[in-house]
Amino acid sequence: MSVTAIKFYQTGTHTVGNRLLDPSQRSVQADMRRTNSLNSGHRACQGCGEALGARYAIDAAMTATDNQLIAANATGCLEVFSTPYPETSWQIPWIHSLFGNAAAVATGIAAALRVKGRSEVRVIAQGGDGGTTDIGFGCLSGMFERNDDVLYICYDNEAYMNTGVQRSSATPGAARTATTPAVGKAPGNVFGQGKSVPLIAMAHEIPYVATAIVSELRDLEAKVKRAMEFRGARYIHVFVPCPLGWGTASNDTIRIARLAKETGVFPVIEAENGEVVAVSKIRKQLPVEEYLRPQKRFAHLFSPQPRLDVIGHIQALADRNIRRFGLVDEGAK
Amino acid sequence: MLKQCEGSHAVAASVSLCRPEVICAYPISPQTHIVEGLSEMVRDGTLLNCEFINVESEFAAMSVAIGSSAAGARTYTATASQGLLFMAEAVWNASGLGLPIVMTVANRAIGAPINIWNDHTDSMSMRDSGWIQLFAENNQEAADLHIQAFRLAEAVSLPVMVCMDGFILTHAYEGVDIPTHEQVDAYLPPYEPRQVLDPGEPVSIGAMVGPEAFTEVRYLAHAKQMQALELIPQLASEFKQVFGRESGGLVHGYRLEDAEIAVVALGSVLGTIKDTVDELRKEGHRIGVLGITSYRPFPLTAIRDALQHVSRIIVVEKCFAVGLGGIVSRDVRMALRNLPMPVYDVIAGLGGRAITQASLRKLFLDGINDKLEQVTFLDLDWKAVNRQLERERATRRSGPIAENLLRDLGVVAARVG
Repeated sequence: MSVTAIKFYQTGTHTVGNRLLDPSQRSVQADMRRTNSLNSGHRACQGCGEALGARYAIDAAMTATDNQLIAANATGCLEVFSTPYPETSWQIPWIHSLFGNAAAVATGIAAALRVKGRSEVRVIAQGGDGGTTDIGFGCLSGMFERNDDVLYICYDNEAYMNTGVQRSSATPGAARTATTPAVGKAPGNVFGQGKSVPLIAMAHEIPYVATAIVSELRDLEAKVKRAMEFRGARYIHVFVPCPLGWGTASNDTIRIARLAKETGVFPVIEAENGEVVAVSKIRKQLPVEEYLRPQKRFAHLFSPQPRLDVIGHIQALADRNIRRFGLVDEGAK
Repeated sequence: MLKQCEGSHAVAASVSLCRPEVICAYPISPQTHIVEGLSEMVRDGTLLNCEFINVESEFAAMSVAIGSSAAGARTYTATASQGLLFMAEAVWNASGLGLPIVMTVANRAIGAPINIWNDHTDSMSMRDSGWIQLFAENNQEAADLHIQAFRLAEAVSLPVMVCMDGFILTHAYEGVDIPTHEQVDAYLPPYEPRQVLDPGEPVSIGAMVGPEAFTEVRYLAHAKQMQALELIPQLASEFKQVFGRESGGLVHGYRLEDAEIAVVALGSVLGTIKDTVDELRKEGHRIGVLGITSYRPFPLTAIRDALQHVSRIIVVEKCFAVGLGGIVSRDVRMALRNLPMPVYDVIAGLGGRAITQASLRKLFLDGINDKLEQVTFLDLDWKAVNRQLERERATRRSGPIAENLLRDLGVVAARVG
């Protein structure tokens, strides 16, 4: 594949990767030879966490596979903003079939490559939380269970953003969406069991499962590279804030993501064969309120009357994450 | 080699000779024996260089087929009935993406009420999906059509459905001439995809298309089907050269040359129809048969040419457009537009109801004597239907239709209400 000209979106920060580091330790994005898999000029909203996460993840996978990569994409924002006919932002072989079948299409690609003896070419499937945790869940579980040689990446922005911010099974409790409006006695999304696809993926005992967050992009790159070292089914769940759907400033995407991690709302972990092998520790634990307050989707928790009960419930869930995965060092308390 | 075998195993053998590289399927009756046969051939090494993927649903089966076909592998799957409906979204997608997947549909009714036996309602529900649909009359033709299907699919870059009657063909033992690898290789070249997912030459497949080009894309799908219309007779004639027998084509006439009345049908019922027609011919009735092999693309001209001299047409079909009448008969009418002869719809054999020679004989005689209704339901139990209609008029809550009917017919021991 030809090398395309690289634009540096930010320089000198950890977003790009510190170019003062030894070249071997630099971010994929800091490397002039990166592939720019998802090219500039696409139609994502300003500050889109998914576009950011996808660009880092796919470029890292391209580097890890020496550019021998095919991607299957579920219907959703990522597909719509990147391929309005006759334009495409993808610099890699890429297929979009349907909303619920990215995992199965990737299985088919992997099978074709196996029979063609092209073991050097690797396969990625990707989709949003709707295409992953809801409509595509059956195909995803089938792919896990057969241990097909596919890395599935879910970009979780916690609702159906492409159709106008409706609730998904990844929408957190109390969040306002177009189908869980902030009205009535229990405003926002009602609390339920929730659906943690990373934990469900671990229960399938597939070789590799990880979660990542767009405020720790070096970590995301490292996890994608690590995932490509395995054969068989792998899953990475990337937390990607959505300025439009969450009601946050477009220049706040990274900050919001960082707050999700530092409050324990989103645990950043790594697991192999069903067991947690590493967690990204919280540097300075913050109350969940810090994460909730800047987001309009949680505005009803703060006015007209503060809903301390609901905030307390969200805090309890974050605390459970911290306990379950040991996200805070005992000594640091 | 002539072999006495089950229809499913004949199809499995035929498909394996086509050297598919990826096969995937979800078990659904009556298609199961086909993919069971193929999975065994993959496991025991009879079918080399082939991946058999066990999937979790028919939706996944067609999705895996989409992925493997797009990545350049010759791909096969099989389904039936509810399974075909469950994969419907991906069925349309496969043809929209122009992927030459070959799929057997072991035709079966659609519930509710659940029914595993044969009719054509399932594949008819995919009539407008952009797939080519070929209907087999017997097991030899089912086996042969699969070989032609791969050739056709790959030539026009469209998926092909080979429809064979569930149980009646899939589970019937008949003598089938299974070709040799040499014959099939001489007929079917290796799959060369038009557009392939390859890191050496990246393409985006499946982009979003707005109003500015969508109509053009759909028109081009139609143009491909028209191309297939030209190719199907050509492939059938080449098939005859290599394999030495007639198989495939658009339509098959039987004793039509001097016929005054023609019966049109699809699939295995043609055998019974031909036998009945032979009897009536002996009695001096000028009756003939037109079997349709290519249902999509629909051969308007071939049908018009074959039928333009008859005075009356009876379309016997194992499918039904609820609220309208026959499905195939509407298409036949379109082929005969501006011609004066009447076309009668006969709905027969739904959910595996036996189509007997006795019933057909009476039906055809009614046709000959011009006593047919516009739409006839062959062997319909009017007593049971009328009783249920009466019950629905009389009672606000009449209960489920199927259960009431079964009770009326004394099929199940139920409370007498």
